[in-house]
Amino acid sequence: MIGSDVGMSFSVKRVSAMVRRYWYLLRSSWPRILDLIYWPTVQMLMWGFLQMYVSQNAGGGPFVRAAGVFIGAVLLWDILFRGQLGFSISFLEEMYSHNLANIMMSPLRPVEFISALMIMSVIRLSIGMIPVSLLAIAFFGFNLWALGLALAAFFANLLLTGWAVGIFVAGLLLRNGMGAESMAWTIMFLFLPLTCVYYPVAVLPAWLQYVAWSLPPTYVFEGMRALLIDHVFRADLMLEALAFNVVLFAAASYAFLRLLQSARVQGTLLQTGE
Amino acid sequence: MAAANTDAVAVDRLVKLYKGLAAVDGISFRLAPGSITGLLGGNGAGKTTTIAMIMGLVTPTAGTVCVLGARMPNERYRVLHRMNFESPYVDMPTRLTVRQNLSVFAQLYGVADIGARIAELARDLDLAEFLDRPNGKLSAGQKTRVSLAKALLNKPEVLLLDEPTASLDPDTADWVRSRLEAYRRDNHATILLASHNMNEVERLCERVVIMKRGRIEDDDTPAHLLSRYGRETLEEVFLDVARGRRNAREAAQ
Repeated sequence: MIGSDVGMSFSVKRVSAMVRRYWYLLRSSWPRILDLIYWPTVQMLMWGFLQMYVSQNAGGGPFVRAAGVFIGAVLLWDILFRGQLGFSISFLEEMYSHNLANIMMSPLRPVEFISALMIMSVIRLSIGMIPVSLLAIAFFGFNLWALGLALAAFFANLLLTGWAVGIFVAGLLLRNGMGAESMAWTIMFLFLPLTCVYYPVAVLPAWLQYVAWSLPPTYVFEGMRALLIDHVFRADLMLEALAFNVVLFAAASYAFLRLLQSARVQGTLLQTGE
Repeated sequence: MAAANTDAVAVDRLVKLYKGLAAVDGISFRLAPGSITGLLGGNGAGKTTTIAMIMGLVTPTAGTVCVLGARMPNERYRVLHRMNFESPYVDMPTRLTVRQNLSVFAQLYGVADIGARIAELARDLDLAEFLDRPNGKLSAGQKTRVSLAKALLNKPEVLLLDEPTASLDPDTADWVRSRLEAYRRDNHATILLASHNMNEVERLCERVVIMKRGRIEDDDTPAHLLSRYGRETLEEVFLDVARGRRNAREAAQ
C-alpha cells in the first residue's frame, strides 16, 4: 500500500501547479504576508536589546560572550521554526478551505505535494527572514549574511529539520484531522530547550545531553557559537547534523506514508474536521 | 463476480468496516461505459463511503474496486487523470479566483491547452462573468457550476457526483442536470450519481442502485422499479425500500 503512494512518477508541472496555488493565496492576503515578518521582527528586537543590555552591564567573562550570540541564535531559531511553520501552514490551508479531497483525488503524488510544500516553506521563510536580517544589521550591526558558507550550512540543516517535522505533522493532520492542528503550531517548541538554542549543551544534565545530541539543530547551534565566539567553523558538526537530518527526514517520510495509509483505512481524508 | 475488462467501474463484494460497524456491507455492481447510474439511499446508507472507495480515498476492508481496469486504491495513479468528482461538501480555495482555481486543477490533471479548456467550460457552464472573482464571493449556484467545471476540466471518462444539486434552487438544479446530460451524451462518459433527490435520479439515470444500511436493497432501471413496486414515482419506491416493503403486494399493504 505504501508503495502505491511512493510511485516512480514525478511531475514538475504538478509541483508548480501547487506552488502557484499557494502563491496566489499568499499574494491575495496582506495579513498573511505581514504575519511572516511581524513575529520574527519582534523576536529579533527583543533578544537584540537583551543582548545589548547584558553586554553593557554584566562586565566580562564567558556569560557575556555567550549572551553576545543571542541575535544570531534567534535568527537561526526562526529559520528552524519558520521553515516548519511555512510547510505546515501551507498544508493547513488545504484543510481550512476543505480542498483536501480535491487534492488527494487528483493525480498529484504525495512526493509532489511535499515538494510543493517545501518550496513554499523557502518562499515564506525568505519573505520573513530577509527583511528581519536587514533590520538586525540596522539596529545591532549583526550581519547574518557575513557568515557566508557557514550560514548556508546552518540554513540547509535547519531547513531539513523543519521540513522533516512538517512532513510528520502533515501525516498527523491527515490521520487525525484538525484535532491535530495545535501540533503544527507548537511541536517545534519542544526543540527550543532540547537543541540548546541560547545556551551550550554542557548546561544540560548529562542524560539530557544524549537527547540533545540526537537532534540535528543542536549541532547547528553549537556550530554557531563556535563561529561567533571562537571564530571557528566546525564543518564536523555540520556533517553530523546532516547525517542526523537524513535519518530524521527518512523517518518522517515513512511516518507520513504510514499515517496517509492509516487515513485511507480510517476514512479521514474525506472528513478533515475535528 | 469477476470484473469484465469492458466495465468502467466494477465493484465486487465490497466491505468497509469502521470500528467493527459495516458502513458498506458486501456490495457488488458494475457500470458499463457511457452509462449513468443513480446511487440512492438515506443518510448513513453507505453512498459516500462507496464513492470514496471508488475514488481511492478510502481503503476497502474487503472486496475490490476496479476503475477503468485499475484496482483502487493501489493502482489509482494509473487512472486518476481519467476520472474526476464533484461534491458540495468539498470546496475550492475561497481566496483564489475561479480562473486561478481552474488553472491550478487543469495543470494538476495535465490538461494540454489550459486557457482554451477554461474558455470552453466558461462558455458551456456560463462562468464568464465571474471567472476573475474569488471563489468565496460566489453564490451557492455559481460555486456549484465552478465545482462542476473543475470536475469536467480533464474530460473525465468516469465522473463521480455526490449530491451535485444539493442546496440549489430548482432552476439552477435543473440547469446543472441538463449540463450533465449533455456532457455524458457528448463524451460517452460513465457517471455515478449519489443523490437524495428522486426527481433528479428519475430524470438522469438509466439505472438505480438503492442502498440501505450498507447493502444494496435493489438494483434496476427506474421503469422496472416503478413497475415492480407498483408506484408512480421513485420517491415512493425509495420509501418502500426504506421501510422494508420489497414489492407491489407488500407496498399495497
